[in-house]
Amino acid sequence: MLNVENLNVAVADEPILKGLSLQVNAGEVHAIMGPNGSGKSTLANVIAGREGYEITSGSVVFEGQNLLELAPEDRARQGIFLAFQYPVEIPGVNNVYMLKAAVNAIRKHRGDEELDAIDFLKLVREKLKLVEMKEEFLHRPVNVGFSGGEKKRNEILQMALLEPRLAMLDETDSGLDIDALKVVASGVNGLRGKDRAIVLVTHYQRLLDFIVPDHVHVLAGGRVLKSGGKELALELEERGYGWVEQSVSPSAETAL
Amino acid sequence: MSQAVSTAEDYLAAQRLANLPAVGTAWLDIRRNQARSLLEGVGLPTPRQEDWKYTNIRPITRSTFDPVSGSSGWNDQDFLESIQLPGLNSYRLVFADGILVRELSSCDGLPAGVTIASVAEILRADSAKLENLLGSALPTSPHGFTAMNSSFIADGAYLDIGPGIVLDKPVELVFICACAGEDRLGMPRNLIVGRPGSHASVIERYLSVVEARSLTNAVSEVILEEDAQLTHQRITDESSRSFHVGGLFARLGGDSRLDACSITLGGSLVRNDVLVNLDASGATVDLAGLYLARGRCHIDNHTHVVHNSPSARSRELYKGILNDRSRAVFHGRITVQAGAQQTDSEQNNQNLLLSREAEVDTKPQLEIYADDVKCSHGATVGQLDEMAVLYLRSRGIGESQARGILTHAFAGEILERIELDSLRLHLDHCVSHRLSSVERVVS
Repeated sequence: MLNVENLNVAVADEPILKGLSLQVNAGEVHAIMGPNGSGKSTLANVIAGREGYEITSGSVVFEGQNLLELAPEDRARQGIFLAFQYPVEIPGVNNVYMLKAAVNAIRKHRGDEELDAIDFLKLVREKLKLVEMKEEFLHRPVNVGFSGGEKKRNEILQMALLEPRLAMLDETDSGLDIDALKVVASGVNGLRGKDRAIVLVTHYQRLLDFIVPDHVHVLAGGRVLKSGGKELALELEERGYGWVEQSVSPSAETAL
Repeated sequence: MSQAVSTAEDYLAAQRLANLPAVGTAWLDIRRNQARSLLEGVGLPTPRQEDWKYTNIRPITRSTFDPVSGSSGWNDQDFLESIQLPGLNSYRLVFADGILVRELSSCDGLPAGVTIASVAEILRADSAKLENLLGSALPTSPHGFTAMNSSFIADGAYLDIGPGIVLDKPVELVFICACAGEDRLGMPRNLIVGRPGSHASVIERYLSVVEARSLTNAVSEVILEEDAQLTHQRITDESSRSFHVGGLFARLGGDSRLDACSITLGGSLVRNDVLVNLDASGATVDLAGLYLARGRCHIDNHTHVVHNSPSARSRELYKGILNDRSRAVFHGRITVQAGAQQTDSEQNNQNLLLSREAEVDTKPQLEIYADDVKCSHGATVGQLDEMAVLYLRSRGIGESQARGILTHAFAGEILERIELDSLRLHLDHCVSHRLSSVERVVS
């Protein structure tokens, strides 16, 4: 489904990703772990289409299509979703207004009829239950005055509404208390399916207690240093990132 | 059309010849003559005057305009219906180039104690009523256009809301640039008086019948007595070839409240002056403004709030959205006079530039002569939040729609203050429509 090959990315001439490769198939859940500054968020942002990243070489192919050529909205319409690490506050725009505009933009792209206000409200009420959010959140400006946990739940709500093929969650677990974490995790687990792939970008193993991944990758110095099954996450938790860096590439530490 | 350049002298000559109402009324003759002398003295504004530094009126003086002092007979019922606000039930006066059109006006069912009338009619029938009111809220040294308006005083709306009356419907004053291609100069002069404890809502709408060149030089005076409340909405949406100079001059008594909202949607050169004197404690003014500038238009808002008494409150938020090669000016002045302790004043001006060629000059100015006051001001000029644009796009919303949503949200902060649903929906629609032409914008 997603094939990242030998990706090199720089920000303001500073190389961040240095030959990163990653393959994600439909039905799989991948966790990308790594210390701060390892390039985890850069990868997520490049896939979502955020500006300011210079792709110096390599490719990102999604379902046979060169993703790097597509505008962010076209990536979303193809089925890519990024849950932001820092969801953006948008004063003056009601949450429900944005959600409806997004759902209808994607429906239109797929050739489905756009939902009217009543049908949309029916749909969104159903999804609200999934993330245990109150209806009043719909009528507040997007993310404005939301707590950290509410913002993250709002991301999951958007994901549930847009039903992406590939969902990437960038540090969705950071700053969440255990209850919010469980809500987010059950929202994500509810989306697991054989046609869908999920990529979790996280610093901590904690989230993986609730969303059990099929594959775990350790990112450091802009590359995947080690890949394995879910047990790799536990090992990391126990032994720290330094262990991977030393065991795989003694030069990696200086690259950080 | 004449190639002649118009000067203050031209307008003074026209004034001498005009058939103005109630000539021979002693006090009125004196006021008009004083205004004539003022105009003679200061002339029409030039960029050498500090208050006109960023607004050059040469496009106005390059043409000559005929001041209108009597009815032209225009009464296009169809046009009026086409601009009706759906769902708005109002008392309505309609003016063509500043002169009342009686056939199109309707104030049926007006409660006792309320006057809604033509200034010309009152001057002819009972001029003494206006003697102590007319001109009483004007600035002490008005600019040339305001002086010009005062030297004519041909017609306008006179509203007097009696003590304790809560007016059941808004008053809609429609000012139409009616005569196409004739370079008309309309100079409505309005007077709104809120007696103690009264409540009213007034909408002033400035519109054009066709895309023609015209000049409007409108002055509205507002006098609020103790505990009176007025919501004043001023919508300027004249043709893209029109020139508009407008003034709102108010004086507020104890515990009175003025909520004034000025929305400028159209016009080639628009200058709005607002002066609010807070004359007694407990008075509150809330000024809101929204200006949408595009093409090569120029919109200038000059506001001045004067705290003359202790414990008065002023709030001000003006927001501008500029596209293409348009230009805007905001000058917000706050004066706190000696002795006006416990003044509470906030002012803010925010501008959104959608094009690299657009330009805004914003200038807050605080003059404080008291020591126990709370005053703040701020001004921003910026672009759309690119992270917010990306956020919407990453949800599948196309770039131009995303920018449209965010731009509309910027305007929404002003529009949502308008309590009249029919007016707010109409303006919301106008704003959306104007912004939908924003296809590709630079960041």
